[in-house]
This record gives sequence, C-alpha cells and structure tokens, in this order.
Amino acid sequence: MSLPVYQGRFGTAQAERLLWRAGFGPRPGEAQKLARKGLKRAVLSLTRPKGKAKLRGPTPRDDDGLPLAPADAWGHDLLWWLDRMVRSDQPLVERMALSWHDWFATADVGQAQLNLDQNQLFRRRALGSFADLLADVTVDPAMLIWLSGNENTAEGPNENYAREMMELFTLGAGNGYTETDVREQARALTGWTNDWDEDLGSVNFRFDQELHDTGTKRIFGKSGNYDWRDSCRLCLEHPAHAGYFVTKLWSYFIPKPPSKKTLRDLKKLYKRRKYAIRPVVEAILLHPELHTGPRMVKPPIVQIAGMLRGRKSGITTDAWTWIADDAGQRLFRPPNVSGWDETRWLDTARLGGRWTAAGQSTDLDSADDDDYDAKETPKQALEAALRFWGKPTVSDRTRRELLQFCSRVEKVATEEWQQQSYRALRQNALRILIASSPDYMTA
Amino acid sequence: MMRRGVAEAGRGLPTIERGMPAPAGTGLSRRSFLLRTGGLALSVYGAGLLGPKAFGEGIARAAGAADSKVLVSVFLDGGIDALSLLSPVEDPTYRRLRPKLAMDPAAGPAWTEDPRLHWHPSASPLHQLHQEGKVTVFPAIGYTDADQSHFTSRHYWEVGELSTKTNTGWLGRMLDIVGTPDNPLQGVSLDGTLSPSLATARVPVAATWGARYDLWAPGVWGDVEDLMFDAFGRIGAGAQRGKDKQMKEAGRVVGQSNTLRTQLSSFGDEIQSPVAYPDDDHFSESLAGLAAMLAAGLPITVASVDAPGRFDTHDEQREDLAEDLAATCDGLLAFQRDLEARGLADRVVTLVWSEFGRRPEENDSAGTDHGAGGNAFLIGSPVRGQMVGEWPGLDTLDEDDNLRSTSDFRALYCGLIEQWFGVDAGQVIPNAASFQRAALIG
Repeated sequence: MSLPVYQGRFGTAQAERLLWRAGFGPRPGEAQKLARKGLKRAVLSLTRPKGKAKLRGPTPRDDDGLPLAPADAWGHDLLWWLDRMVRSDQPLVERMALSWHDWFATADVGQAQLNLDQNQLFRRRALGSFADLLADVTVDPAMLIWLSGNENTAEGPNENYAREMMELFTLGAGNGYTETDVREQARALTGWTNDWDEDLGSVNFRFDQELHDTGTKRIFGKSGNYDWRDSCRLCLEHPAHAGYFVTKLWSYFIPKPPSKKTLRDLKKLYKRRKYAIRPVVEAILLHPELHTGPRMVKPPIVQIAGMLRGRKSGITTDAWTWIADDAGQRLFRPPNVSGWDETRWLDTARLGGRWTAAGQSTDLDSADDDDYDAKETPKQALEAALRFWGKPTVSDRTRRELLQFCSRVEKVATEEWQQQSYRALRQNALRILIASSPDYMTA
Repeated sequence: MMRRGVAEAGRGLPTIERGMPAPAGTGLSRRSFLLRTGGLALSVYGAGLLGPKAFGEGIARAAGAADSKVLVSVFLDGGIDALSLLSPVEDPTYRRLRPKLAMDPAAGPAWTEDPRLHWHPSASPLHQLHQEGKVTVFPAIGYTDADQSHFTSRHYWEVGELSTKTNTGWLGRMLDIVGTPDNPLQGVSLDGTLSPSLATARVPVAATWGARYDLWAPGVWGDVEDLMFDAFGRIGAGAQRGKDKQMKEAGRVVGQSNTLRTQLSSFGDEIQSPVAYPDDDHFSESLAGLAAMLAAGLPITVASVDAPGRFDTHDEQREDLAEDLAATCDGLLAFQRDLEARGLADRVVTLVWSEFGRRPEENDSAGTDHGAGGNAFLIGSPVRGQMVGEWPGLDTLDEDDNLRSTSDFRALYCGLIEQWFGVDAGQVIPNAASFQRAALIG
C-alpha cells in the first residue's frame, strides 16, 4: 500500500490553498515562504510544530480596550479562541481543535469555563491519538453535562452519550450496532457524577463506583463486565470505526470523498498506527486531491480569522462574536450535537455575515478622503486593496471586474472635489468586494 | 460517511439546485409591493434557468387563482414527549414509570375523546381549539421499528418513507405534481433555509427569513456605492461562468444576495395582524407573516416553520417542555384566530409533527430518552376533529419498551394528499396503497 503524494508544482498559490485548508490562511508573505520549503517540508512544518505555540502580534482587547474575560463576558469565549486562530504560530493545531469542536460538538453548558477547558483538551489532543481523545472527551465535564453522562447511573441509565458516541463520534448512524447496543453501552458508561455548588455550579466531576452498573453487558455480540474505558475501546475496535474516522477526517480538508483505494489505504494506515491522528492528516495534506481537486468554501470563522491574519491585525472589538454568528459559525455554540452543516455555509443570510466581516475590517481602518491620492490609477487602486488583505490570489475574471469598477468610478467623478473623495470611497469598496468575492470565500 | 450521512438525512436540500432568489419581477409592481409588505426576502430553490422576471410573472399568474388549499407544516424539533403532552395522569403504570415527571391530574383539562389522557397545561390552546372541533389528534403516531436517531427518524418523516436514500421531500414531490415551474412561493420555508420536506425534483420552492435584507458598506456611499453593488453582482455572475463547482455556488449566492438587496433594502413595513400574537419570537412572527402573505393573495400551497425551542428533553424536562410547548401552542392559537379574522380559515390546515415520542420510563436526570410512538396534530377549521388511532396504553410496550404506534405517519400523509389536495397519493408516497387512510377533513 502506498498513498499517492502530489507531485505537481508547489508555488505560492498551492501554498496559499494549503494554509487555508490546514489553518487560517497566510499572513503577508507566509505563502511565499512556505512554498520555498517544497510540499513535504511545508506539510511537516504544519503537522509537527515544535514546542509550545507562540502567539504573535497585538494582544486582544474588547470594545473598551480591556483584556478579554473568556469565562465571564458575553461573547469573549469566541474572541479568545479567534485570537488564537489569528496569532498562533501553530495554525494546524488550532484548525484541528476546530474540527474536534465540530466532531464532538458541545454547545454552552452554562459554565463557560467548562467549555473552555474542553477546548484546551481539543488543542492538547489535536494531532495525537484518537483513542486518547475519545477517552478524554467521554469524561470531559462539559461533555458529561452536554450529553447527560453525569446523570447516567446503574439505577437510572441515560442513553444520550452512548447513542451519539456511536452515531456521531465513532461509527456512523446505524453502522453496525443495534438499539440493544445503545442501552448496553449506556450501562457500561455509568458511574460518572459531580457535585453542585451554590456558588461555583457543577464541580468535582468524578467516577463513583457506587453509581456504576457492575453487571455483565453484551455489546457488539461480546459479553463482559464493561466500564467506560471498555465502551470507548469497543467502539474503536468495531470494524466500522476506521472507515468512519478517516472519511470524516478527510471531509474537513477535501470536499470530494476519497476514492475506494485511498479510503482503504487510509484505513490501513490508521489501524497500523494504532489510532494516531497525525499520520492520517499528513497523508491527506500530501494527497493530490487536496492540491488539484475543486475549491472548498472556507468555514466562516476560518475566513474571519484569515482576514485578520492577512491584515496582521488583532482583536480590537467584541463585534466579531455577532458577526461570526451572522456568518453562520459562532464558536462554542454549534447548532446541535452533529456540529455545523458544512453543506450550508453559504446562503443569502450567511453571505450577509461575511460581507459584514469585510465591512468591519475595512471600517476599522478605512481610507480617508481628506488625504487620499487624487491621481491613483485603477491598477494602483486594486493593488492597494489586495495589499490591504495580504495579497490574496484572485481569478483573472474577478480581477477584470474589479478593474472595470475602478474605471467606472473615475468616469462618474466629474467634479474636482470628487477626484480625491471618490478614490477613497473606491478603495473602501474594493476591499469589501475582494473579501466578499467567490474567490476569497473559497480556497 | 456519516458526517455527510447526517447532512443527507437532514437535507434533501443540497442535492437540488439553488437558483435565482427573486420573485418580485419587473413591471409587476403590485405583486412586488405585496411581497415586500409580507417582509419577504426570498431564496429560490430548484429554479432552473428562470430569472426573477419569470418568477414575478409566475407568482402573479398563480396569485390570480389564489384561493387554493394551503398546508402549514410545523416541526417540533427533538422528539416531543407525548406522555406529557397528553398524559395518562391516573394510570398506575404511568406513575410508576414517571415518578418525577408524571403530570399532575389537576393541572390540565381532560381530552374529551379519551378522558384517561389530560392535556399539558401549556397545551390548553390546543384543548380550546379541539373543543371547537378544529384539532384532529394522533395520540400515538409513528412507524414500526422506529429508528431512535433524531436525524434518521426526522429524515423518514421528511421524505415520507423509511429510506435514507431519498432526497426529495414528501411535500416537494406533491408540489412537483400540483405546482408550476415559475412560482417559487408555492412551497416556502419560513426559517431561512429550505426544509427538506419541501425539496422538489422539478419545480422551484423558496426560503425566507423575516423582513429586510441589507448589506452594510462603511466608507462607501453615493455613486460609488451603486457602482460597487453593480460590480458585486457582476463578480457573482462571472464566478458562475467558471468551471469550479464551489466557485459557481459561491457566485450564485453572491448573485442572489445582490438581487435581494436591490429589492428589499429600502423596505421596512411592519406586518399588521388583526389579532395579538403572544410573543415577538421568530415562530410567532413567521406565522403572523404567513397569514399576512396569504391575505395578500400570495400563491402559497405549502409552508413550513420550526416550532420554538428544542424538545429533546434528556434532562430538566418539566421546565423546558412547559416553556417551549407554551410558546408553540400560544402561537398556533393566535395563527388560527388570525386566519379566522382574515377570512382564510377554510383554506388552511396546519400539521404539527415531531420525529418521535420519548421513552415512557423516565431517566434518572429528570428527563426522558428517545422513544417511538409520538403525537401529531392537524389543526384548522376544515379538519374533522376526530382522533386517528387509539391510545395504546402503557401495559404493552414495543420491544424497546417504547410506546407502540397506532397510526402511521405515511397514512397521515396519504390522507392529506388525497383529501386536502385531491392528488393521488400513489404518485407521492411509495406503497401508498398499503396505508389505511382515516377521514381527516370535513
């Protein structure tokens, strides 16, 4: 077995796509730098970052210029993570955390700190072992609350987690398990609980042997005195798991499902490497389909983080929280346990949110008509606007439309005062048009 | 691949083409005015090659004969607990299975057709309408061997058969028969994206969300703003001419957004309802808007809207259910009164449904897990108001200890298609002949 590796040209455009798929787009000059490494070294630089992540650039502030309070202030949880997406020098780690947030989609459990702790878990396990990740998620306090794992006892079993664990996290709906398996898994998972503190809320999450069902369970045709660790293990060892895992992981990076052969080889790789995530991600990032296949719509939060990266800018306003919501992806608030529906990233309502994001960035740093160059040519205007976003690639077709727009503005600028003023407005308009173009919304 | 599988089970939508957005056509100022008064920002699905002008004309033509029958589909997301909605309050088995959650016998009125069951207090608006003969109750509806996944079971209800492969909705297939190729309003989702039940194979349908649509462009105004939006539309159109699938799709949405903006940006009329709606939530606003659209003569055959809240009550069921059910039932009562006040009540029937009922035995978290047999309701002046299928009782549950179903949702669909729309259900629901129809209308 061997998985194919992309052999074509790896230039700036290819590096740009890789940075959008495996991160949050390039900072100015980053794509060129990555391209010089060549594909293999470029991929490894993303998948095998060294040491602790460093955050570069200005520290985040809210509308009042104060530091963020992610566990306390409205919307600051999103700002806190968005800041990491913008500033981390390990973008793939953040991108994987985003994938796990979608995979194990947990919404607000009423104690923001628990959701933030879960987020650190996704970061810590980002590229490690899926077995460890699944085990940690299963007993993660936010998840225990979200899918009732802390209310699942021998006396009163609750199937919520058991069902979604198989349906959404490891096997796929109805993919080789029965309703009896759901109930028996729920029994195996019993025993987790916590205390309630008047001031602190849910605290002291722990396994309590007293609450655990010690009887024999029959799961996937095997019997034993299973506990929650067995429950996880049985899912991983289930014949449907490897295929589900690699196909779902692939879908975060490449819009077209893998071929039969690629699927088979990815499964083998995943099993041979004992549920390790990193080798599968590396195989996907090197795969020709990523580099030559169709473009992919950027998830809204990825686009927003990428805009700020392209601007070399940081978080300076709370507005990003509602803008991300309008664009269809409010972090820490996935629509339900199956995560966001990536087939619906774009519709008229959500496009409005992306447009607002472009407007917001422009507004924070808008061209001023008092001292704007009254002689700027269409070409200069376009280059300036592209520079504003860190020089993203746009198609020739879109470039032509943008230049035509520039010329038209000059035609309607008949008065003397309009020469300067309209060119400033044109610059603002160009920036919005670029960041709301089909070229920029996909990579 | 289950991530996609999930999307598919819930979708039907992405496989059909999203077309041009705009019905309000040139030279049809009256209709476009009405569209705007309805606060109607349209996204049109399955539009083929037709442009806004054709839709405007198609809508106007269809509106000329706008006295047709209307079905409103209201979805209770998450699987509502039938044993709280209509609860066997005195039943000892019920009290044993529901030590914490059993409803208080004195709380809600008895259901006159089977007084063993009492209405949830939040559902008293349904009781009121039932007393007026305007509610047909399905006390235990579902299908045999119910699937207990939200996504799969909901998909079955949406497509009208027990198949995960079908990608048209049952209402969409009916619209393919009774609809026209140029009237996207014939099937309209009021929640912003198309309900999979409405996904068609042939004719266009639409989705709307509330009133205005505007794009904010700071630092740009006047001539330059006009030229900017012109360029925005051109860039969208250009991308649609390219080869890349995702670029084309993004270009299409850019084009739709720009058209919508043109039609709706300057518009801000509020809907005037003849009756008071309970709350200013999206559900009530949608129903109020729908009544206004129907009153304005818009040619709507099927509309869908999600009930407020989520009924997946694994814990804290008592509080959550009471609140969401009240918002739902209050809205439904106001809608019926609105239709009556506007003289539309004879034209409209509302179907209220959920993907399954919940487990009779409560869990230890003051909640209930996924079950099988559940509730559905047909509401409206034209309905027969006589229950379909009896309540099966709690003493013989199915093999998963869930409530058995005494009526099948596909039989309900067949009945509606035939008795309300006068269409042969065999063209819409697979194996239609095998389902026993009850009298639903009249």
